[in-house]
Amino acid sequence: MTKDDCKKLVIDIISDIAPDEDLSAIKPEIRLRDQLQLDSMDFLDIVMELRKRHGIEVPETDYGQLASLESCAEYLTPKFPQKS
Amino acid sequence: MKQTRIVITGVGLTAPNGNTLAEFRKNLLTGVSGITTVEVRYMGRHPAGMCTFDPLKYQKKKDVRIGTRAGGISIYCAREALADAGVNLDGRDKGRVGIYLGITEHGNVETENEVFNISKFNYDVKFWTHHHNPRTVANNPAGEVSMNLGITGPAYTIGAACAAGNMGLIHAAQMLRLGEIDLALGGGVSESPQTFGIFAGFKSQNALAAHADPTKASRPFDKARNGIVISEGGCIYTLERLEDAQARGAKIYGEIAGYCVNSDATDAVLPNPVRQAECIRKAVAHAGMTIEDIDLINTHATSTPLGDIQECVAIAEVFKGRSTPPAINNTKGFIGHCMGAAGALELAGNLPSFDDLVVHPSINVDELDPQCDIPGLVLNQPRTAKRIDVILNNSFGMLGINSTLVIKRFVA
Repeated sequence: MTKDDCKKLVIDIISDIAPDEDLSAIKPEIRLRDQLQLDSMDFLDIVMELRKRHGIEVPETDYGQLASLESCAEYLTPKFPQKS
Repeated sequence: MKQTRIVITGVGLTAPNGNTLAEFRKNLLTGVSGITTVEVRYMGRHPAGMCTFDPLKYQKKKDVRIGTRAGGISIYCAREALADAGVNLDGRDKGRVGIYLGITEHGNVETENEVFNISKFNYDVKFWTHHHNPRTVANNPAGEVSMNLGITGPAYTIGAACAAGNMGLIHAAQMLRLGEIDLALGGGVSESPQTFGIFAGFKSQNALAAHADPTKASRPFDKARNGIVISEGGCIYTLERLEDAQARGAKIYGEIAGYCVNSDATDAVLPNPVRQAECIRKAVAHAGMTIEDIDLINTHATSTPLGDIQECVAIAEVFKGRSTPPAINNTKGFIGHCMGAAGALELAGNLPSFDDLVVHPSINVDELDPQCDIPGLVLNQPRTAKRIDVILNNSFGMLGINSTLVIKRFVA
């Protein structure tokens, strides 16, 4: 799992959570909430989908790590099972 | 005491056989059923009535994802009603608009979905959605409408089993008369086909319709009827005080003449014709009318063996003194039982009779049950009447709640 792979998985989730949004020009370093219409319930959806789809737990104290696509990749990539 | 006059000025609806009043009415006059079959969780395919409106006409994809089917149906109907009424909320005090939606039940769909969802995760509740509570609170359908339209007045649902559709209109009229609001969105809504529990419950009660041809499954008054076809749908009206409607030159569909809501206080599921008759009588009296004034009765009959007979007993008792019987019809043969929407939708299907004097029939009556053979039934083919000035609309529900609404042709 590379950081780019991780970003793609996060975008897959966001495309389901926020289906009206154009994700083609999303800027990785900008806060997601500053460029997309996402509210706190949407972030809980992202956390839930990470749990459901990938078995990844994000404790509430770490929610800030999901602020941008870049920080998501930084935080989540090590949590995915790594290929040997 | 002279009552403030309340009129209907807009209709928005979605039924299994129509997404506008014009389409719905056309299909009621040409015998077009909206019943198909759906896959019911754990139960296989069953007859049901599903609506085909486009949810994205008035909602974003995200709103549809987060909201409920009942909420989506309500938003569609409310927006269509406002458009039909020619009301632009932007120029109004949105705090003086009320939303009153009748529901038979709400929350079962989402709860069942979540239990099914966590069953795939060994019933670990950490997979239970945080959307569950806002989706299942009883005011959800009305609340979704308020958010979609920015309406800041009172918005809530009225739980009244299958009497609820009438109740939405009745409560709207009451709130307008009290001066609590200036414009009401009142009616009823149902998302019931998406819950297996209602199918399973009626099946266990031996009251779920079964037929090889789904369009023949709902057959009130027919001797071979064997139960209810569960349907979704919605119908919301704009209601206004007469002077307000006239001041803006509104089209007026009809006037709320009278109503009654009462309770059987006898049995949770078995109807009580004595109380139904009392409800009808009181509604007629509330309208300041006699039984001679009623021209068309739209029955609640749900195609159950006992329930249809009981309503016929009640109507026959009330109208036995009539010189000529009123026309009597039923809409569920076309659309099944739209539960919380039933009363409101079925009234809408008959409102155009004020203009065309045509009574839509009850369909699928191949052999009339002798116990339902009461004078005035309009069966299988539409009938033109000499006079349609007053419509009486019955809706009855479990726990013995009865509602009868009397609507009259608007005469200034």
